Amino acid sequence: MTESAGLIAAIRLVVRRELTLAWRRWDEVAQPLIFYLVVTTLFPLATTPELAVLRIVGGGVVWVAALLSSLLALESVFRSDVEDGTMEQWVLSGQPLAWLLFAKVVAHWLLTGLPLVLVSPAVATALGLPTSVWPALVTSLALGTATLSVLGGIGAALTVGVRRGSVLLSLLVLPLAMPLLIFGARAVEQSLAGQPAAGPLQLLAAMFFLAWSLGPLAMSAAMRISTEG
Amino acid sequence: MTAAGAVLEARAINAWRGDRHVLKDLSFTLASGECCKVVGPNGIGKTTLLRVLCGLLAPESGAALWRGRAVGRVGAEYFAELAYLGHANALKSDLTARENLKYLVGVRRPLAGTEIDGALERVRLVDCTDLPVRVMSAGQRRRLSLARLWLWPAALWILDEPTTNLDSAGLALVESMIRDHLHRGGLAVVAAHQRLLDDDERVRRLELA
Repeated sequence: MTESAGLIAAIRLVVRRELTLAWRRWDEVAQPLIFYLVVTTLFPLATTPELAVLRIVGGGVVWVAALLSSLLALESVFRSDVEDGTMEQWVLSGQPLAWLLFAKVVAHWLLTGLPLVLVSPAVATALGLPTSVWPALVTSLALGTATLSVLGGIGAALTVGVRRGSVLLSLLVLPLAMPLLIFGARAVEQSLAGQPAAGPLQLLAAMFFLAWSLGPLAMSAAMRISTEG
Repeated sequence: MTAAGAVLEARAINAWRGDRHVLKDLSFTLASGECCKVVGPNGIGKTTLLRVLCGLLAPESGAALWRGRAVGRVGAEYFAELAYLGHANALKSDLTARENLKYLVGVRRPLAGTEIDGALERVRLVDCTDLPVRVMSAGQRRRLSLARLWLWPAALWILDEPTTNLDSAGLALVESMIRDHLHRGGLAVVAAHQRLLDDDERVRRLELA
């Protein structure tokens, strides 16, 4: 009997593979980040350079831009693996598919979500937000984009077999993402007003844990349906 | 790995593709050391049959059984004994030949670098070890996906058109691989329309119509 690979080893291998692929395709991976930077830069140009005015809407702008650019990146998260047959091999690998997809989404967040979180203090400063909101902004975006990666992963697994699935994906995921947007923007707003932002952040954390604990199972169930075709 | 006593059985399988009834009450039994060559024109349901046997597709009625248990139920235990070569090669064009094998087979079992070199030598791709798959020809890609079969010693091979894009040397390679596999007591289900293993008495033809 051939020794089979441990689950942890398999998960690490999938993450490493995603990072290697991203390194060779960095222009594709950078797209969501560029989109995010462009939207947040265009906003003051189209409205007003007045920092006092921008400050009022700044938190919302950062959050909407982050949400849309994450969605943009999520559409293709499983597509190439399904099209080239890798996903079939994963289904038949004997490893739990939910954990392999979990690894894939972790890698996806590291490549698209984390950069957004890291540049957001700079973007916030450009929109006139004071440094005092940085902790609330960074925490809420980290929790929010990570949750969105799972929600989007479920949607992407469901729509991967559908041609032009991106519209369907947005319709599926946007309603689920609304609470993230509301609580995320609220955390920034409260922090800007000098109030503690713990309430909305805890709600975001609850959604984060819910999504990451149950999401991979939903993704693998959706993926099995999509790969039947 | 021991394939002794392993039996793959198709029991009255019915499957539909869209609104076409492609597999009608299909039954056969395959024992250790036997090969089933599935033949028939394009679109007749060869791939559908192979996907049902793999457990990727649930049949409308009937079942595929491995060692007497329905493949959908056995799950991981069945997959550990199964190697499936689909019509898609499961290769990433931005990775090199070596990386492709490392990441694809590594998910299933720990893999040493020397094993990969050995497998690439068997399929005569030593020159391409560190070339990205993007620059390889269609035939070379097919050889690379055949290399998986050495790295994952499985009792049951399910191969969908393994000789696609291969030259005559590649065809001979596939034949000798399957012969060796049967000789070790393995089972194989192969979809093919070219002449493949026509003179071997261990190979049975299953004509889909």
